Amino acid sequence: MNYSPDKYGFYGDFGGAFIPEMLYSNVELLRQNYVGIIESKSFQTAFKKLLQDYAGRPTPLYFARRLSEKYQTNIFLKREDLNHTGAHKINNTIGQILVAQRLGKKRIIAETGAGQHGVATATVAALMGLECIVYMGEVDMARQAPNVARMRMLGAEVRPAKSGSRTLKDATNEAIRDWINHPKDTYYLIGSVVGPHPYPDMVTRFQSVISREMKIQLLEKTGRDYPDKIIACVGGGSNAAGAFYHYLDRENVELIAVEAEGLGVDSGQTAATTQTGSKGIIHGSKTLLMQNEEGQITEPYSISAGLDYPGIGPLHAHLFKSRRGTFLGATDTEALQAAFELTRLEGIIPALESAHALAALKKIELHPGENVVINLSGRGDKDMETYLNHLDEYNNDKNGK
Amino acid sequence: MNKIEQLFQQKKDILNIYLTAGFPKLADTVKIVLELEKAGVDMVEIGMPFSDPLADGPVIQHSSTEAIKNGIRLEMIFDQIREIRKHSQIPLILMGYLNQLMAYGEKAFLEEAAQCGVDGLIIPDLPVEIYQKQYKQMVEDLNLDMIFLISPQTETGRIKLLDAESRGFLYVVSSSSITGQKADLQQAQKSYFDRINRMNLRNPTLIGFGISDRKSYEAACRNASGAIIGSAFIRALEKEGLLKQHVHDFVKSIRS
Repeated sequence: MNYSPDKYGFYGDFGGAFIPEMLYSNVELLRQNYVGIIESKSFQTAFKKLLQDYAGRPTPLYFARRLSEKYQTNIFLKREDLNHTGAHKINNTIGQILVAQRLGKKRIIAETGAGQHGVATATVAALMGLECIVYMGEVDMARQAPNVARMRMLGAEVRPAKSGSRTLKDATNEAIRDWINHPKDTYYLIGSVVGPHPYPDMVTRFQSVISREMKIQLLEKTGRDYPDKIIACVGGGSNAAGAFYHYLDRENVELIAVEAEGLGVDSGQTAATTQTGSKGIIHGSKTLLMQNEEGQITEPYSISAGLDYPGIGPLHAHLFKSRRGTFLGATDTEALQAAFELTRLEGIIPALESAHALAALKKIELHPGENVVINLSGRGDKDMETYLNHLDEYNNDKNGK
Repeated sequence: MNKIEQLFQQKKDILNIYLTAGFPKLADTVKIVLELEKAGVDMVEIGMPFSDPLADGPVIQHSSTEAIKNGIRLEMIFDQIREIRKHSQIPLILMGYLNQLMAYGEKAFLEEAAQCGVDGLIIPDLPVEIYQKQYKQMVEDLNLDMIFLISPQTETGRIKLLDAESRGFLYVVSSSSITGQKADLQQAQKSYFDRINRMNLRNPTLIGFGISDRKSYEAACRNASGAIIGSAFIRALEKEGLLKQHVHDFVKSIRS
């Protein structure tokens, strides 16, 4: 099985670049240049140096002893939450800002859901002295207020997306419109493995540092360079793509992707794309997405702004369809439970997105002696308000035991 | 030869008006098209409302959102076109996004469009390469005109490709902006239009995006076979008062 896109950007049936002509020259410029730029020595030197000295890589692979005891297996957490800015998103923004510089672009635009990608973009734009505009759904601006404040302090302009469900999908539409209006000087710094080719491949390459480090760290800690299972949450799917990448061809490693079920897959308030979606086109990519029979894209719902997206990246659609990946879902409640569980057992407050990956522990068969890696994609600082709203429920739970 | 091709043989300074199906009211589509024809408009582009219209600006997106709220569906749009065809032979173009065709079934969509009396299609997110491979044969067999867009950033070789694949006319995006933003049809624009006109394209051209009033319409006519107006017309429909009057007032404000 081949997990790299063909020259048109297709992973099996999924991918491609379904874009209006007004975007063609920009996307084509990127397509023609990205591999050459990324593989150049000067790029690699700069990229690695920033990942190490600026982002703080490698991130630890932490053996979670108490969590492992509870689930009777060996659980390792890949600590992407310890990156600068608090999530894996910085791996990609460092890579893309270096690409933008090499393409001579002066103005950076981005979309953001939870605000993690927006913060990571505002951060590297500040670092490089570039103008930065971040589009964010109005609903998300309210529920992730701390990240809005961080972006503004970093000098970015945060523009509210007021159409549709006023979340990530709409922010992405606005960012694409901005790009159409500014075809010459602007670089669109996409935050996930979505959008037209070559974005899904480029972002996957930048995030693949996660599994590259995992191999080395697992070999040191377990004597094997691979785990039995890798679990990651999927909104668009960038942290999962990075955590899976170097194991895509290793069929003995089970790749588990966890989507946000929101209030439940049958509730109509969900973001579980593989369970409720079908093939279509969203943001320039042919992939699986949530839509009605008329092809109108459904407004998704999840407690987690970062997973509140009605599509998945084309690589993930391919992994789902080819059955290389196992796709599960976790509801809002299950994610909250998992977040409090990790916090109380390990002293680590995860992001709500990552909490969906943790919730999968209750849904899969686990065996003693197995090695399971959970990609802890981000930290929970931005979600404190949500967590505090539920604090009493979990304190009561604990007292009841 | 279909109606669009005939129109360009017979007339200059074509005025093509865009409207969103099902807006402002679900059943307004037929009425508006027929009034547009009475007011002297040469061709009409009917937008199929889509939830995520990437190539449209805020005015058209808003009208699409409203039309979807009104309950518009593709089947209804086809029925509305059938109704129009009982009274009018004005050239009609359907504009929409590829996801809508995929959801309906591309083959079924194209057959239904041709059958109910559509003459041309604009699908802005359909890449020409995919069109050639998957849809061209079907579209041409049904005698539908597929119309492609070019922008100021489109390189010469690609303009030739898009011209070769277009039927009816080539849609010239006036500036690299989404619809509804007033374009300044001046210097940079002029050299872009001159460049296109020197290429001796096989198709006539219509200029769209940012054409909003008499001045920009006339500028477009000096540089192409005519113009497409969308957002400015949608804004006119949003005003209080009689729809029929808005349609006639608007067309009069563009050309009398």
